[in-house]
Amino acid sequence: MRRIEGFIQFLWDFVVGDDWRIAAGVVVALGVTALVADTSLATWWIMPVAVLALLGASVWHAARSR
Amino acid sequence: MSGTELGLAISVFLACAVEAVEAVTIVLAVGHTRSWRSSFTGVGVALLVLAALTAALGPALTALPINVLRVVVGGLLLIFGLQWLRKAILRASGLKALHDEDEAFAHESAAARAAGAVDPTQFDPYSFTISFKGVLLEGLEVVFIVLTFGANQHNVPLAAAAAGVAVLAVILAGVAVHAPLTRVPENTLKFAVGVMLTSFGTFWGAEGAGAHWPGGDAALLVIIPVTLVVALAMVWLLRRRRAEGRATAAPEVAARA
Repeated sequence: MRRIEGFIQFLWDFVVGDDWRIAAGVVVALGVTALVADTSLATWWIMPVAVLALLGASVWHAARSR
Repeated sequence: MSGTELGLAISVFLACAVEAVEAVTIVLAVGHTRSWRSSFTGVGVALLVLAALTAALGPALTALPINVLRVVVGGLLLIFGLQWLRKAILRASGLKALHDEDEAFAHESAAARAAGAVDPTQFDPYSFTISFKGVLLEGLEVVFIVLTFGANQHNVPLAAAAAGVAVLAVILAGVAVHAPLTRVPENTLKFAVGVMLTSFGTFWGAEGAGAHWPGGDAALLVIIPVTLVVALAMVWLLRRRRAEGRATAAPEVAARA
């Protein structure tokens, strides 16, 4: 059981890293892009805007805690 | 070779070189302090595991429908790339310690010495385990990057070749200098890799989710510089904020003294 927990923890650290908000934000941004893509609106700008906002928020959060 | 393939090769090469430098430092420290033979055995076994993982996961990934693949790979690359870039920005702005191979080498060597005496004629489990873990963990990131970039471009061999050349170059340099590769501009490389992973992740993730980029693949020529400029602007802002913080703190400290 401890090995499974250890493996899950390793996977979490490997994929999600030390700021889970980045992973959550990326999933939400991809979901919003997919939803808007079903309409006639342009969607290409959603990911870049979301990515830069996520980067800024994550860097700001890390900088404030140091 | 198309522009996207060139970007793929450069990104994979840089990412793999950085990871290889870190792995070589660990192996050098343990081998130098304890047992070369056991360390190299650990490296060999780790490389076999990594090769098996690549062989097993590569075909499985490329079998996915292209849009599913791009969403999954784009998303993972973005999560990975944003983490790399965030750390690189914090390092460049002085808010996080720079990665120092000399320090890592000294730390690993001290730990290896503290593990007790070793008989050079016998197999040393410590050297084996540390080298195996070091190469496997650093190598997993390499495998991830090779598979995601390669599968997306349907060119895993090109990504694997770029990774192989990077690892070989670092190993040869490590053997030549027989010391940690401190002259490799590791922190700058990590910054560049963060920008590339984030840019490709943005491009592929959006495409996979159904977006159409103006100009197709040429959009990458805008996404990469914009990501770089924004990251550099963040470094500049954080450095300025730190400098202002120090300037404000200095008179306060002087007044208290």
